[in-house]
Amino acid sequence: MIHPDTLKKFQAAIGGVQTSEFRDETRAVVPQGAIFQALQVLRDDCGFDLLVDITCVDYLNYRDAVDRFGLVYLLASTTTNERLNVRVFLNEPDLHVPSAVPLWEGANWMEREVWDMFGIRFDGHPDLRRILMPDEFAAFPLRKDYPLQGRGERHNLPVLTRSRS
Amino acid sequence: MAVDLPENVVVSKLDELASWCRKNSLWPMPFATACCGIELMATGASRHDLARFGAEVFRFSPRQCDLMIVAGRVVMKMMPVLQRIWQQMLEPKWCISMGACASTGGVFDTYSVVQGIDRFIPVDMYVPGCPPRPEQLIQSIIDLQDKIQAEGTINGKEFDLPARQGRKRALIELPVIALPGGGGAPVAEATSRVL
Repeated sequence: MIHPDTLKKFQAAIGGVQTSEFRDETRAVVPQGAIFQALQVLRDDCGFDLLVDITCVDYLNYRDAVDRFGLVYLLASTTTNERLNVRVFLNEPDLHVPSAVPLWEGANWMEREVWDMFGIRFDGHPDLRRILMPDEFAAFPLRKDYPLQGRGERHNLPVLTRSRS
Repeated sequence: MAVDLPENVVVSKLDELASWCRKNSLWPMPFATACCGIELMATGASRHDLARFGAEVFRFSPRQCDLMIVAGRVVMKMMPVLQRIWQQMLEPKWCISMGACASTGGVFDTYSVVQGIDRFIPVDMYVPGCPPRPEQLIQSIIDLQDKIQAEGTINGKEFDLPARQGRKRALIELPVIALPGGGGAPVAEATSRVL
């Protein structure tokens, strides 16, 4: 839930924000170009001091979906207990958003995970490397067009035989 | 030609003597990555008491071990670590693949989980189960002891037999791609081998 005044303040500061509510959760869809400014307003002026999570949804072949990726920021206020679900829709080939690390240091590994799994680039991230998969891994495995069993990467490893070990 | 031996003298072969010593002092290296590791700990604990079979000295340094027990699933990022640990172990050494995940990947048929460690390192004994009971693991160690006694030689010649070089099991054939800049076998070699 979020206080109506907080939401009004947010909408007044950032243009083009669409909000909706579902089961007591408030959601805000922010245009791609305004995401960093929106997060800054939410942190500094609306009291959302805690970044709970950054994650992503691939809407490929999803019913009624228009955009490919939905990048989700879950925010919370530790003083008022408000929570807000901020979402940015992204489409190929422009999978770039500004990094949230200048605002929340904790965004570092979360953005690395989203990059690793979905291939979304966070501009200005201090260390955008893969965090879960090996460095030489080439694909983004949580995309819906990536096969569940992979493309054979798991078998592309050197073999040790008895005489070689 | 009769030779009178005292009652406390036994005649044997040197190979069998060496194998007898080895099989009764296996030092396991616990490579526990998942729930099989819990059963592995239970096996070593007092209730099941692996000490009865001479294999209770778990060491967490591969340089002190001669029996690798791989307990749990291994992902492709972990496989080079497993291979390095295997290479650091002293000869003669053996490997037990404990549980469905280590042996075949189990239910984790996903892009990152290795579908059986025997594709990449030599395995002597497979333990079925998800996870196996400690009794099953103990049985596999007893079977491994029998195997060491049956075919062991003092200079480890049995490890150089051609039959022990290849992977024993033919699972499904899966495509292999080369990763840019990554280690691993070249594509031609990788695809031609029977997985």
